[in-house]
Amino acid sequence: MEKMSRVTTALGSSAISGRTMFCHLDAPANAISVCRDASQVVVAGRNIFKIYALEEDQFVEKLNLRVGRKPSLNFSCADVMWHQMEENLLATAATNGAVVTWNLGKPSRNKQDQLFTEHKRTVNKVCFHPTEVYMLLSGSQDGFMKCFDLRKKESVSTFSGQSESVRDVQFSMKDYFTFAASFENGNVQLWDIRRPDRYERMFTAHTGPVFCCDWHPDDRGWLATGGRDKMVKVWDMTTNRAKEIFCVQTIASVARVKWRPEKKFHLATCSMMVDHNIYVWDVRRPFIPFATFEEHKDVTTGIVWRHQHDPHFLLSGSKDSTLYQHMFKDATRPVDKANPEGLCFGLFGDLAFAAKESLISSDSNRKPYPGGDRRYPIFFFKKPDQTEQFAHVSSALSVFETDLDSNCMDWFVKTAQLYLLCGKPFAELCDHNAKVARELKRPQVSTTWTMLRIMFSDPANLTPGPNHPLSKLGTLPLMNSFNMKEMNSGMGAESRLERSKGESRQDNSHLEPGNSLISNNNEDNEETEGSDGQAEYMFGDAELDDDDLYSMEHDNQTEEQEYTLPQEAFQLRHEIMDNPSAPEHLQQDKADSPHVSGNEAEVTCLTPIESFSLISISQPLFTPQLPASFFCPIVREMLSYYAEKGDVQMAVSVLIVLGERIRKEIDDLTQEHWYTSYIDLLQRFELWNVSNEVIKLSTCSAITCLNQTSTTLHINCSNCKRPMSNRGWICDRCHQCASVCAVCHHVVKGLFVWCQGCNHGGHLEHIRNWLKSSAHCPAGCGHLCEYT
Amino acid sequence: MSEQGVEVPRALASGPSAFIPAKEILKEGPDQDILIESFLSMGRVDHITMVMALHPAYLSCFLRTQHALLEMDGPLPRPWRHYIVVMAAARHHCSYAVQQHSAGFLEAGGEESWLSGLQHAPTKLRSLQTLNKLLAHRPWLITQKHVQELVCPGADPRWSLAELIHAVVLMAHAHSLCSFVWGCGVNPEPDHIGGYTFQLPSPIHPAHSPQCPAHEDGRQEIVDGAMEVEVLMQRMVELQLQEEECTQEEMVTRFERERSESIPTAVVRGAPPDLVLRLVEDQEFRYEDFAPKGEQSPNTMRAQDYSWEDHGFSLVNRLLPDMGQLLDEKFQVVSNLTYNRMAMHEDVDTHTLRKALWNYIHCLYGIRYDDYDYGSVNVLLERSLKVFVKTMACHPEQTTARVYHDFWRHFRQSEKVHANLIVMEARLQAALLYVLRAITHYMR
Repeated sequence: MEKMSRVTTALGSSAISGRTMFCHLDAPANAISVCRDASQVVVAGRNIFKIYALEEDQFVEKLNLRVGRKPSLNFSCADVMWHQMEENLLATAATNGAVVTWNLGKPSRNKQDQLFTEHKRTVNKVCFHPTEVYMLLSGSQDGFMKCFDLRKKESVSTFSGQSESVRDVQFSMKDYFTFAASFENGNVQLWDIRRPDRYERMFTAHTGPVFCCDWHPDDRGWLATGGRDKMVKVWDMTTNRAKEIFCVQTIASVARVKWRPEKKFHLATCSMMVDHNIYVWDVRRPFIPFATFEEHKDVTTGIVWRHQHDPHFLLSGSKDSTLYQHMFKDATRPVDKANPEGLCFGLFGDLAFAAKESLISSDSNRKPYPGGDRRYPIFFFKKPDQTEQFAHVSSALSVFETDLDSNCMDWFVKTAQLYLLCGKPFAELCDHNAKVARELKRPQVSTTWTMLRIMFSDPANLTPGPNHPLSKLGTLPLMNSFNMKEMNSGMGAESRLERSKGESRQDNSHLEPGNSLISNNNEDNEETEGSDGQAEYMFGDAELDDDDLYSMEHDNQTEEQEYTLPQEAFQLRHEIMDNPSAPEHLQQDKADSPHVSGNEAEVTCLTPIESFSLISISQPLFTPQLPASFFCPIVREMLSYYAEKGDVQMAVSVLIVLGERIRKEIDDLTQEHWYTSYIDLLQRFELWNVSNEVIKLSTCSAITCLNQTSTTLHINCSNCKRPMSNRGWICDRCHQCASVCAVCHHVVKGLFVWCQGCNHGGHLEHIRNWLKSSAHCPAGCGHLCEYT
Repeated sequence: MSEQGVEVPRALASGPSAFIPAKEILKEGPDQDILIESFLSMGRVDHITMVMALHPAYLSCFLRTQHALLEMDGPLPRPWRHYIVVMAAARHHCSYAVQQHSAGFLEAGGEESWLSGLQHAPTKLRSLQTLNKLLAHRPWLITQKHVQELVCPGADPRWSLAELIHAVVLMAHAHSLCSFVWGCGVNPEPDHIGGYTFQLPSPIHPAHSPQCPAHEDGRQEIVDGAMEVEVLMQRMVELQLQEEECTQEEMVTRFERERSESIPTAVVRGAPPDLVLRLVEDQEFRYEDFAPKGEQSPNTMRAQDYSWEDHGFSLVNRLLPDMGQLLDEKFQVVSNLTYNRMAMHEDVDTHTLRKALWNYIHCLYGIRYDDYDYGSVNVLLERSLKVFVKTMACHPEQTTARVYHDFWRHFRQSEKVHANLIVMEARLQAALLYVLRAITHYMR
């Protein structure tokens, strides 16, 4: 195929200059076109057809082509095009179906040159061949495209789209014989100008009309199309099947699309309805316009780059009767105003969070992706020219998964039912509750209970529980009580580490607490450094693993699995509790450090497993010298922590079990608050008995009195059925004694008990005695009375 | 029951349409599937559906649209939608649609008192009256002011744009439906007023609803009719070949001539039933013929400046997702609907004729296509057809059997229904274009 080189006008010395400016037209514009040397622009519309000169800082009307007192419909233009080779030649498409050419070189006022009235319907588009002077193509509503040789009186060939109206026709910039046509039914056809019998290729580009198409000025294969379906698509036509390579979703139907000169990936679009702005897109970033021109007050109907080699000037005409020259440097850059953060909850409580990379990494001494289970970088590209490229944006997307089970409140109900709050010695209560927690897979809570037992029990009385297998390490009898059941002894150091990984990850998922947490840990590390070499090693190791974790997290599936292994079944919410309690212990440790060092030194046989932080730290707690009250501040903090976490159950249970040991440490208002919250929760789960027990056991006056509300019993007289207002035993109205004991036949003035089956009863004591001898009603009614 | 003294009503109508003999409708073989489908979805097959079933392709998208308008997700509450249709239908005294949708209104949980008069309806609904009136009779008078009154932040019963579009589409739909009901002489349903009687069937068989005069008047008519078809065919062919050039002025004149041609349509009918009247305000506001050229005629709307395909669709789709698609589909179906036959001839390209009908109706509503020669309307549409079309499009309540039977005497009944469909849809589109343009201007 013959290929002609495009005649170009280099910018050279006569570089274009100008500024953003506009002028008022007399009427709405339908289309604009610019002459080859970028010095003049023609504006065409239903009632306007004028040529303006583009001067340094204004538009100057050069010529009004609309002449005659009563201009014909031939002047009513749907489209206009200025020839890019011959500067005196223009063509217009008229709404009545005429194709008109204009010769500006004519001496007369009427510049109309030729008139072709071959189309039956409105002509939507005219297009000059980019290099041939006399070749003009038109596309019409009647479904035909016609090619005119301007030296002849009529069309030289007619192309039938075999479908509805043609919305746009465009000669290829590179292939001499090829043109593209877009149709109202969503199709795009490719034609060879020499073969009018059938199209070379056809494909469906959009749903609904394709309003416009534009060949890439440099790349031969690329065709951009815009449709009513609000999309701009870029097609690669070099392959056998047209392939969609880019797609931009706009907010309104796309009326025009024009590639930006000298910028391979940029194109400008305007809309036909509702949206008045002009957008310049980088097709590789389809979600946000690269630049926006917001000057027009009504829909933009025509856009054209002023010079085919200058990307900085855009001209536009609009229904608001203005003609604008936009400077690219004055454009709005939506990306500057875009919110770079996004946050969204998934259906099952998963949380996705995207943020600018820079924002996250600005957080000191942390890895840029805190708590990210996965990391999906969205884009990341750099280009040398800063102003012409999108702001360097790179976002990170983190997805935080929620364990479904963790939302389930079964544990709450079970715990409430199984906990013992009174009725046994303190140590047993603690052991029992620890066991309950352990069985419900809440190791931290369980540990807390055990800790409490240790803290507040008289060490002398302490005996290992029956289920505690005696340790070989007789010096550390308590260690076993820390050993969680699930943690089988064969578990290697490695899996232990896995676990700590899991923990830290979960912590991080809650950014703020995690933040403070990590610093806590660091503090702790420092703390332990001096005193406990072993512990230091362990912590250091865990930290290291943290780092590794972040870098290899995406694909570490196995880790994920291990994380959910039953032995390791740390549910999210319990996990999180784990760490903060560690600092607590460590703080103990801190307060206690002289002792620690002394004691630790004696423990020489610690294996790495046994040196699990809690164990090593709790070691000194055995020193019998410590009074129980010593721990009170820590326990108080722990309770507050649980309550803050939302586990008010733990707070209240511990409060009740510890009773006087801790009560004074916590102000009444807080206590009352916890109690009411817990009672409210219990009642929501319809755990009436537990709630009642809690009320009973509470020492807050505000709570205990809850049991005394609505305790009035209104009774009616058994004779006259009137309410008895004054006294409970004699009716004011009928002066009868209402409640007579069925056994002694005297009036009952105190507790009156009666059978709900037969309504007979009497003094509590009498009835109780009676029932010892007989099951029948004492009144002789024959009812087998039942009392509960 | 009759033994117990309860009067048993008897259906009066002998078929779905007063104009088209029932056997014609059956003979033309309505598509069973579509009727079954509509029965299943609506619980009954009403007369409109039966008549439309002559064109199953159209019927299915008509029902889809109507269902989406009245039942599917949308900004307006369901009772309101039916009430708006009732209000709109009342403007054309169409007791059929009024009763159909009054029932729908009550079914959807509407308050019965509203039906006894507009004054009982909420102000917000009543504020639609002006738009309803204009939309029904003179949509070209609708301006952005009317929209603004309902939508702007200060408006008291304020409409959101989405609600307004919904209401507007409902009203336009109802108005055009009235055209169809009147134009096809759809009989009242058996449960409508006028659809049943308590009188015993009279022993003398009641005179059938007016029959096609051609059946009665003997051979001469038939020959004439056949001639008419031949002439029409001839003209269509000629028009397609014709390369006649005419001046700008001539084109404008032709449009104006068609637009203002006086077609006598004013047939005085009996007063509409009370149940309709109490739902209408400003009775006297009707379609008005455009003044002859030169005098204060309102501006014509250029189809190229605001078209359904380019503008209307996008606006509706934006504010009422899916509805644009459904309407677009319906317009396309109706404008492409053809069986390539005309009266007794097969293999006829009826495109020009359909186009002429469509553009004539738009012309009556003041919409002008720059690229259409309105001379062909005059050539293709005989006067009796014009009378029918204009009556239907502008004064549907004045349609009579005579008007219906007078045009296209040799055409099939289904072809006449086809003409009805074109009128109905063209009218719907014209009204929508005006009101959507006003809304677009408001949004600007």
